[in-house]
Amino acid sequence: MYGKGLRSLSIATVAAMALALALVFFYAPLEAEEGFLQKIFYIHVPLAIVALCGFVIGGLLAIQHLRTRDPKWDFRSYVAIHMSLIFALGALITGSIWARGSWGHWWVWSEPTLVSFLIVFLLYATYQPLRFSIEDPERQSRYASVFAITAGAFVPLNFIAVRLSSAYLHPRVLGSASNLPGPMRLTFLVSLGAISLLFVTLCKYELAAKHTRAQVRALRRRLAGEGVELPRRGRSAAPSATTIAAGRSGA
Amino acid sequence: MSARVGVSATVGLRRTVAALLRKELLVELRTLQSVPGMSLFAVTTFVVFHFALNRNTVDGDLAAGILWVTLLFAAVLGVNRVFVADAEQGGFDGFLLAPVDRSAMLIAKVLTLLAYLVVLELVAVPAFALLLLGASLGPGLAELIATLALGDVGIAVIGTLVGALAVHTSARDLFGPLLALPLLVPIVIGGSRASSPLLSVTHSAGAQGRWLLTLGLYDLVFGLIAFALFDFLLED
Repeated sequence: MYGKGLRSLSIATVAAMALALALVFFYAPLEAEEGFLQKIFYIHVPLAIVALCGFVIGGLLAIQHLRTRDPKWDFRSYVAIHMSLIFALGALITGSIWARGSWGHWWVWSEPTLVSFLIVFLLYATYQPLRFSIEDPERQSRYASVFAITAGAFVPLNFIAVRLSSAYLHPRVLGSASNLPGPMRLTFLVSLGAISLLFVTLCKYELAAKHTRAQVRALRRRLAGEGVELPRRGRSAAPSATTIAAGRSGA
Repeated sequence: MSARVGVSATVGLRRTVAALLRKELLVELRTLQSVPGMSLFAVTTFVVFHFALNRNTVDGDLAAGILWVTLLFAAVLGVNRVFVADAEQGGFDGFLLAPVDRSAMLIAKVLTLLAYLVVLELVAVPAFALLLLGASLGPGLAELIATLALGDVGIAVIGTLVGALAVHTSARDLFGPLLALPLLVPIVIGGSRASSPLLSVTHSAGAQGRWLLTLGLYDLVFGLIAFALFDFLLED
């Protein structure tokens, strides 16, 4: 169900990533002040944008879950947030490297975007432990959705508040795509597209893998007969296998 | 959610809120579980700050930061307890059986937390002025009260939402603060920026309107979010 089109999507992602990296290293001109270091911008900023959009999408999927009560929406919301967390970690690390390279410090408090990003990351870092600590699967998905919506709304609010708090803006190398010179903008947009594709592909892989595992479990349980408890291999924060498998038949 | 039982059967929202609020305050008055602890915690924290910073007086940015951080941590103590009795002694079940609007519980809990915070600040702010503050509180007092009030509303709303989320987890004392602190960062930003000129020795300027506006808008938005989502935390 989730595996459809995965092969062509994967090929497209690999091609787009290759194209983006080729543009970054061979086409985009060297920035006058920062030189080669500035090229991390083409990875860092798309990672951050995709992660933030992923968080917001996770919130929208959670709204859908609370409206329809279909566990599949919770499952999708979980995957979107899980993947966004990984991308956000990547954005924080690349941002830190960039800050070290251009300003000499691993962490710069005067850069509001980086600071808001850290706050958002710290909030979302509690998402999985929160799921993990609620036993009942139905309640777990409901509470996780409430969290996802609250946090999703918090993302833009937090950015506004932190931006207000910095009295002066740090001299920014390249603020947004609009004031970039042509070749740089093209490279940036291609990288943004490639990273977005990567996000979608990885989400699809995780959806397919978790769904397949749930189905295998359900089949194995049927094979073993009623009332037989299969051994569990450790708990997970992901939506439980039974709800994922049941969600398909609309139970 | 009230549609389920029919509009005619529901008791008026105001009466429900009043009854719930009365119950909360009565329980607190009889057990004294939250407010004295929160107040004592705040005063002790000021003493800790005195030794940790090795300073006899503070003012300006530093004073605003200490005041807001202390109030925030003391508030989190209250947030952690606000739903515990309901979860452990069947308060949720009793409330869900009653034919009343479920938002009443949100409103009542927000008002309860707000009352706790006001009492906390009646103790903590004079104690702060006495123990640590180098500047005089007098000239900016009205503005400080306005800032604290706006901050309290935000803390109460977010605290109620987070408290309800955390109370059914297996590590509720941990999740309350972990969820609440990032969500309260904008309140700290607005509150401390607005109150730092009020707490400076020179008393250079009044509270900047834009910080009060930020606080107010944040309160409003989170009030709406909590109102929309709280029902989903009560179902069973």
